[in-house]
Amino acid sequence: MLLIPCPYCGARPELEFAYAGQAHLARPQDPATISAQQWADFLYLRDNTRGVHAERWRHTHGCGRFFNALRDTTNDHFLASYRSGEPPPSLPPDAGQAPP
Amino acid sequence: MQRFSALSLLGRALDGHRGWAAQWRRATPKAAYDAVIIGGGGHGLGAAYYLASEHRLNNIAVLEKGWIGGGNTGRNTTVIRSNYLFAESAALYDHALKLWEHLSQALNYNMMFSQRGVMMLAHSVHDMQVIKRHVHANRVNGVDNEWLTPQQAKAFCPPLNIGDMRYPVLGAGLQRRGGTARHDAVAWGFARAADALGVDIIENCEVTGIRRDARGAVEAVETTRGLIRAPKIGVAAAGNTSVIMKMAGIRLPLESYPLQALVSEPVKPVFPCVVMSNSMHAYISQSDKGELVIGAGTDAYTSYTQRGGLHISAHALEAVCELFPIFRRLRMLRNWGGIVDLTPDRSPIIAKTPVAGLYVNCGWGTGGFKATPGSAHVFAWTIAHDEPHPINAPFTIERFRDGQLIDEAAAAAVAH
Repeated sequence: MLLIPCPYCGARPELEFAYAGQAHLARPQDPATISAQQWADFLYLRDNTRGVHAERWRHTHGCGRFFNALRDTTNDHFLASYRSGEPPPSLPPDAGQAPP
Repeated sequence: MQRFSALSLLGRALDGHRGWAAQWRRATPKAAYDAVIIGGGGHGLGAAYYLASEHRLNNIAVLEKGWIGGGNTGRNTTVIRSNYLFAESAALYDHALKLWEHLSQALNYNMMFSQRGVMMLAHSVHDMQVIKRHVHANRVNGVDNEWLTPQQAKAFCPPLNIGDMRYPVLGAGLQRRGGTARHDAVAWGFARAADALGVDIIENCEVTGIRRDARGAVEAVETTRGLIRAPKIGVAAAGNTSVIMKMAGIRLPLESYPLQALVSEPVKPVFPCVVMSNSMHAYISQSDKGELVIGAGTDAYTSYTQRGGLHISAHALEAVCELFPIFRRLRMLRNWGGIVDLTPDRSPIIAKTPVAGLYVNCGWGTGGFKATPGSAHVFAWTIAHDEPHPINAPFTIERFRDGQLIDEAAAAAVAH
């Protein structure tokens, strides 16, 4: 079970959270004006990153708020977490390369 | 290739089993091939076998970053069935099941294929409606499936607890042609048969890049063992498909999740079939070695770690203990994870891609093993003819754009 750093509440066990997929995907402002391909890209295409992945979590059984986190998907270590609306923090160049 | 038979076994026994040769050559990569398959699991090795045996493409190679069958082919729970809801899926999975029935003979390799029956339990009115709908849809599509009462289910699988529990068994769907096979034998059998037809199986060879020519078509793969030219590249890389396809500039509707399985200590034969409970999220069978083979669910988050959270497998064990009280004191020997690539509709993609010469076979999610020979067969066809076989024609990438989903996710609403 992962220990997940909520930026509002601190580190809590994974069971308190709901995963909400890749972060920073903006819903098209006016879906009626875009092509079927662009809409499908938004709905279905994902980076599925092997390495540092920016992702959304919701602290369902805590503060209830959504936030974003950077996690290395090759070892599941959380490298950073930050509030929705903030840009992802920059990491040192060796972050995510080896387990701490 | 040394053919296996009662006579050859006897002959080797007489010489103290010193006369066995390696089952496939340790090939070194050539500079160029007519086609290259990326991924040495069941689907990739099978595709190479069918390319060589049915399409006369013998100058081909299978590239595997680790060892043959060391990925999901060696990590699954070996369940084989074809009772999917939609006509497209039923055609694909039943194509595979029909190939399974003769695969041991075709490859001269004992797959230990056992059609012991796959039973899916209903624990609620909703489950009963869903499973009965599957039974009827399957029979319309020529796939065997039948509805059992709780008493019939108990008679078919005596260890099953049908009454004394929070969600009693209200009935079950049974596909008698379903069952299990030996997963390692699938990888080894296809590898041996493909090798005998001239296919180079290259282990410890990780693909690091895909080169494209001026027209945009593929021309070579860069690997840890050098550059290999090929006008056709088939990708069968399961959980790592997104990583490979990114090298060719293609994003796919895939997400990779850890999926776990467990085995118990071995016990005498006690469990006659495969039982799945979608509502309680567990499935179980017994291997010929005597271990109970138990499948758990996926983790909540994407990952490439090949291990999952303990609470996920504990949840599956709670369900198993409830359904089969006789197993409560069994100890678990091992658990592990595999990385499965899930599509939004939980149906695979077996298709041409926007890049000429590049083909992909992915998105098998939590249930690719059962489809191995069928998937490999139609994938080989797709690569050889540069167009899909009628069976895999609906399983395109474009179906997500065109709204032509094959929505087995909604049909089952659980892992399969």
